[in-house]
Amino acid sequence: MQLDQLYQEIILDHYKRPQGRGLREPFAAGVHHVNPTCGDEITLRVALDGETISDISYDGQGCSISQASASVLYELLNGRKVDDAFAVHAAFVELMGGKGQIEPDEEVLGDAVAFAGVAKYPARVKCALLSWMALKDAVAQAVALEKEEV
Amino acid sequence: MTALTIPAGMPQYDDKPRFDVERVRADFPILGREVNGHPLVYLDSGNTSQKPRQVIDAVARYYAEHNANVARSVHTLGTESTEAYEGARAKVAAFIGAPSVDEVVFTKNATESLNLVAHAFGPHARDPRFRLGPGDEIVISEMEHHSNIVPWQLLCERTGATLRWFGLTESGRLDESNLDELVNERTKIVSIVHMSNVLGTVNATARITARVREVGALLMLDCSQSVPHLPMDVVDYDVDFIAFTGHKMLAPTGIGVLWGRGELLNVMPPFLGGGSMIETVKMTGSTFAPAPARFEAGTPPIAQAVGLGAAIDYLNAVGMDAVAWHDKELTAYALDALDTVPGLRIYGPRVPVGRGATISFTLDKIHPHDVGQVLDSLGVQVRVGHHCAKPICDRFSVPALTRASFYLYTTTEEVDALVRGLDQVRKVFA
Repeated sequence: MQLDQLYQEIILDHYKRPQGRGLREPFAAGVHHVNPTCGDEITLRVALDGETISDISYDGQGCSISQASASVLYELLNGRKVDDAFAVHAAFVELMGGKGQIEPDEEVLGDAVAFAGVAKYPARVKCALLSWMALKDAVAQAVALEKEEV
Repeated sequence: MTALTIPAGMPQYDDKPRFDVERVRADFPILGREVNGHPLVYLDSGNTSQKPRQVIDAVARYYAEHNANVARSVHTLGTESTEAYEGARAKVAAFIGAPSVDEVVFTKNATESLNLVAHAFGPHARDPRFRLGPGDEIVISEMEHHSNIVPWQLLCERTGATLRWFGLTESGRLDESNLDELVNERTKIVSIVHMSNVLGTVNATARITARVREVGALLMLDCSQSVPHLPMDVVDYDVDFIAFTGHKMLAPTGIGVLWGRGELLNVMPPFLGGGSMIETVKMTGSTFAPAPARFEAGTPPIAQAVGLGAAIDYLNAVGMDAVAWHDKELTAYALDALDTVPGLRIYGPRVPVGRGATISFTLDKIHPHDVGQVLDSLGVQVRVGHHCAKPICDRFSVPALTRASFYLYTTTEEVDALVRGLDQVRKVFA
């Protein structure tokens, strides 16, 4: 059944048992993103330690895809160097924009490969990208703030 | 079991107007298709309705046989097009009981109709009824579609007027307890929805109308959901304006209607400027045609209007009383059927009285997006999200809702398919 490609076990697991959820201090920058078509929301904070993302904390509400995606993002990018995180980020955005035609690299994307099926559902791509766009925004703000302070 | 007999002389159950749903369904080509390997179960008519062969053919025939621009040609095709376009206007007027055909303004949708009326208000309006500034008030309600909220918010920002609104009761009805305070001498217009696109509530307007008349304000009804489903008579309802759209009543997209009392339309300023809406144009200034032409600048949606005329013919042939009764029976069935689904909560009236065939609900904590996705995999098409009525979601503290909405081609078997689908949703997210 097609539906299984969308709701992979990994996605449902992350949805039911989200990793790293909850807002934490300290943080360098926090953002609030919404998906106006469905009302999904996420508040996301990042803390930086030099060039490393030392914490990603988040809270939000929305569908299984948007919430599982945030959990996967945490697992994948928390504790990574900013440049590495952005490389993974780019790979995920490419996967989501690929209309299901792109073969994801599990080495790079880890559990996020489970979202490959989501790319076939244009209406759900925005759900999967919500937390990822929030992260990029927050990290960019945090890096800019850090530069101002130096 | 005791058999109950209705005494002779009283209205009998069989007296209710009915039609053969299967015969109606045969007129809608799309209802024969499959979705994801399942027969299509279309439960999103509140979003847009499907179109019968008669409407599709009328549009195709117009393009194949009569196509020309309207209101400006002396040639034969131009005359035929103009007759078809104006003929559609006459059908709309008769359908809603408008005293004059000239009171029917064609727009592109209900949103434009609502904006057109909001645009007529301002500090320099020629007619005092449309003069608006600080201290004046506009009243809407918490159950409005965004299209009956945002134009008024923008108007209040422009003029300094104050926007106020009716609240909602727990059961999803309009809270009229503060009517006399809310609608007062400062009120210029009350613009409320006739039937909620989310809760299904059909608002009883009599008390509000009486109060609006008492304070000398104007009354507008957003009839986008009601005109397709209920008999409408603008004189009976004693309103000043109504807005509705063709695509929710079997007609094409791109054609909407504003009905207004002629006396009001003719003191309102034009909305868009251009061809067809003028009386005379000089480089130093222009004068404007009376309604409806005043509000129909540029080439209008001609084929779409013809399609709307055909849709009205179709609805009249079935009978709006019969459509309304079908909705009522189906809604009663669906409310009972949905009640059997564990964890399902309905938002809006839970009895099939004073409500239409639109039912919104939540299922446990499962997000409506996920509900809609699983249902789609079974061929069942429902709307999910905030339905362009976010204040309703805020009122009931839910991020989003799932909505099933029916029409004259919807069957009880389709309601059963929805209920079975919801069981599947619960299994996936258990």
